[in-house]
Amino acid sequence: MNQKKISEVYQNNSVKISVRREWCKSCGICIEFCPKDVLVPDDQGKPIPENIDACIKCGLCELRCPDFAITVEGVDKKDE
Amino acid sequence: MKTVIDNYIRKEMFPNIWCPGCGNGIVLGAIIRAIDELKWDKNKIVAVSGIGCSSRITGYVDFCTMNTTHGRALPFATGIKMANHDLKVIVVMGDGDCSAIGGNHFIHAARRNIDLTAIVINNMIYGMTGGQYSPLTPTDKFGSTAPYGNIDQSFDLVELAITAGASYVARGTVYNPRQSTSLIKRALNKKGFSVVEVISDCPVSYGKMNKMKSPVDMLKWIKDIAVSKKVWEGLSPDEKKGKYAIGEFLSKDRPDYSELYEEIIKKAQKMGGNE
Ligand SMILES: Cc1ncc(C[n+]2csc(CCOP(=O)(O)OP(=O)(O)O)c2C)c(N)n1
Ligand code: SF4
Ligand code: SF4
Ligand code: SF4
Ligand SMILES: [Mg+2]
Repeated sequence: MNQKKISEVYQNNSVKISVRREWCKSCGICIEFCPKDVLVPDDQGKPIPENIDACIKCGLCELRCPDFAITVEGVDKKDE
Repeated sequence: MKTVIDNYIRKEMFPNIWCPGCGNGIVLGAIIRAIDELKWDKNKIVAVSGIGCSSRITGYVDFCTMNTTHGRALPFATGIKMANHDLKVIVVMGDGDCSAIGGNHFIHAARRNIDLTAIVINNMIYGMTGGQYSPLTPTDKFGSTAPYGNIDQSFDLVELAITAGASYVARGTVYNPRQSTSLIKRALNKKGFSVVEVISDCPVSYGKMNKMKSPVDMLKWIKDIAVSKKVWEGLSPDEKKGKYAIGEFLSKDRPDYSELYEEIIKKAQKMGGNE
């Protein structure tokens, strides 16, 4: 993947996870405390939602991120 | 990517200046989400802070803001509130800011029941200046000025605020961001002096000296020491050591200072014949 991108968007048909890479400081909080182990660190320690299908949209990664660098949105199914 | 947060921040100031994993950013998020739920007009909100890492919050929010001097955020905020009762005034302080140099202002703002919301980011240390212990550093923990362990007994800010006369008192943590947001929302809605202490992590100044080097270590620790009010009540005095009860501890109604001030002005005008 392109490490220089400012923001990355990942989605399946029920959830959309965006990572604002420019603001992320690789603290590891979102990765460690995700209840479903959705997130894994890339080589810079920034989260990649590798197991996005396991995401329950609890939003905790977003609420605990000190840098407003990760967001979770439910995808509007009408667009599928 | 666009979030609700983006409507309330000065985007050009980001990424923020705080160290990776610093709890200040989590508290900032909780404050913003609480205000978004209340749908308050940004231009009617004044955020006031003192000096410290936590006090940098006022630089990031797109409200009316004032960054004052160490320990004196409450006196400045009091002046703002007395000059214009319609403004919603939020004061953000660090534990040192609020309970050491600003301790007197804190108890008297509570005693007078000034209609402000004080959010105290308790990372249990002077973060900005390199880890000196504060009145909220727990006994036996380490600081740069307590290299053999802190012998002081710390304040319980919740008890202090209740005793001094606050109208609303609660405690949350950065590990529990949803609860912290709702406590802050309730505090903001309360007329009178409202206080929310948020237990936070400073991995750099506190964590380093207390064997918790990473933000993740610190959040695990916070998760461990914070217990709900209900659980707290069932603990023995020994079990309570080193733990913190979290939740809402007081919500009561009594006339706030602006109200009493307006009444006394009316009374004075009447007596002076200037009605
Ligand atoms: C009158 C005065 N005394 C001392 C200082 C130095 N000083 C700056 S911040 C600070 C303490 C910071 O601790 P805290 O309030 O807990 O905030 P934190 O950095 O932990 O968020 C001190 C002592 C100062 N700026 N002004
Ligand atoms: S929303 Fe919850 S489950 Fe989904 S990635 Fe974030 S923390 Fe994990
Ligand atoms: S919590 Fe935020 S800053 Fe920390 S690693 Fe996750 S996205 Fe990055
Ligand atoms: S020194 Fe501590 S409180 Fe200050 S920004 Fe770094 S982690 Fe946060
Ligand atoms: Mg502090």
